[in-house]
Amino acid sequence: MITAHVLVGLVRLLVGAHARWIGCEPSPAQRIYFANHASHLDTLALWSALPPRLRARTRPVAARDYWGHGGIRGFIADHGFRAVYIERDRSRCEGDPLQPLRDALDAGESLIIFPEGTRSQQPLPQPFKAGLFHLARDYPQAELVPVYLDSLHRSMPKGSLLPVPLTCVVRFGQAMRLQANEDKDEFLKRAHAAVVALA
Amino acid sequence: MTAQQKFWWVMGGVLALLLLASTIGWWLGRRAAPDRREVIDNLNARIRAWWWMTALLCACFVLGRVATLVFFALASFFALREFATLTPTRRGDHLPLVLCFYLAIPLQYWLIGIDWYGLFAICIPVYGFLLLPAITALGGDTENFLERTTKIQWGLMLTVYCVSYAPAVLLLHIPGYQGQSLLLMLYLLLVVQISDVLQYVFGKLFGQHKLAPQVSPSKTVEGLLGGGLSAIAIGACLWWITPFTFWGSAGMSLVIVLAGFLGGLALSAVKRSIGAKDWGSMIEGHGGILDRLDSVTFAAPIFFHIVRYAYM
Repeated sequence: MITAHVLVGLVRLLVGAHARWIGCEPSPAQRIYFANHASHLDTLALWSALPPRLRARTRPVAARDYWGHGGIRGFIADHGFRAVYIERDRSRCEGDPLQPLRDALDAGESLIIFPEGTRSQQPLPQPFKAGLFHLARDYPQAELVPVYLDSLHRSMPKGSLLPVPLTCVVRFGQAMRLQANEDKDEFLKRAHAAVVALA
Repeated sequence: MTAQQKFWWVMGGVLALLLLASTIGWWLGRRAAPDRREVIDNLNARIRAWWWMTALLCACFVLGRVATLVFFALASFFALREFATLTPTRRGDHLPLVLCFYLAIPLQYWLIGIDWYGLFAICIPVYGFLLLPAITALGGDTENFLERTTKIQWGLMLTVYCVSYAPAVLLLHIPGYQGQSLLLMLYLLLVVQISDVLQYVFGKLFGQHKLAPQVSPSKTVEGLLGGGLSAIAIGACLWWITPFTFWGSAGMSLVIVLAGFLGGLALSAVKRSIGAKDWGSMIEGHGGILDRLDSVTFAAPIFFHIVRYAYM
């Protein structure tokens, strides 16, 4: 609890991460927030932008190879934002890599995911991977909320250790759902466009 | 009177002004026509922000020198954050920016804290301004090199070097005025901010002739003359908290008002050239922290060096 408060304070000090609810309002409904991914700060920034009562019910999906090796990062991920770890390397993963995400959704929690799968160096996101589609299909009750994080690709670009403090605004778009007989590519394109539209 | 008593007398005056402003704001809010609503709401947001800023200034005075330096270091930090956010940067600017935030800011205020005037005055303009472009060059990205380094240097100069001159009056050990330099900082900030407020008020009430319509549409000749002269009069009447005589204080206020005006104008031009209306949204009604500090960035260093030359 204290770790979470300290983390949010630090994020506010460094990058602000104030929310703009453009297409939807904060709501306790189960949600999957999906956003562009440009830096290691993204997870913390989006999570901090949520109101405290929603933050307590929302878990960011974090790459095990970066956040899951203990130390200070592991402490932040476990005790700060309660990460749901995902294995990015298929060969080290038995069964469904999305299983930890499904477990969290089954427990009624909301998720934060970065469907690009890796950080891009550009302000606009790369094409999305299929994970978001599978979750949208299997959890039709969850609202899918597109989110755009600006300026973080400049704050902490790939390969940098310390973040440059730049004010980041977290924009939340209109909630969407998988439509009847919408195929994977169409859906992923539409989700991608929803994030780009907030840029 | 001791420095303490002088401070609280001045603060009593500020408090009375704020009470008056809040009352007027409340009264205007009650009888405002719907189409004037926005102006009045903005006015009241500004007044509320003034209460907070006055409270912070009192906290500085009560807690003393270290708290004052920490407070201004944070102001520099947030101002530089606003400046850097609005300035396009490239990957190669990352290290120089990191050094500005995590090295230059603490170093500059630490030098004031340990009373090392010589290095305080040249650390950023000599070492910083030579080292930063060199580091950018080592990064190897030459695209728009001159523009990028210029922007970083200007940001550092305005938000760290110039702002730090406000608490740097602590470095002035004026004969016969020992231990009262926080009052001199109060004097500087009061005259700058009162001048800003009165120029805004006179401009809104009597403004006819725009001074620099392309740069800052809200600045008018009437505002500058009315607000500036009133601020000089108020500054002169505050001579008893300074080491100056009455006329000396009037002269100092004139310098502060003119420098503050030019600072506001120059920073508005910077804002226009990067396509922003406000520097940020940190202070409700005012915009960003740089919107409040723009006049200070020019007034503080000039005030400091004239006082240092004339009174030490």
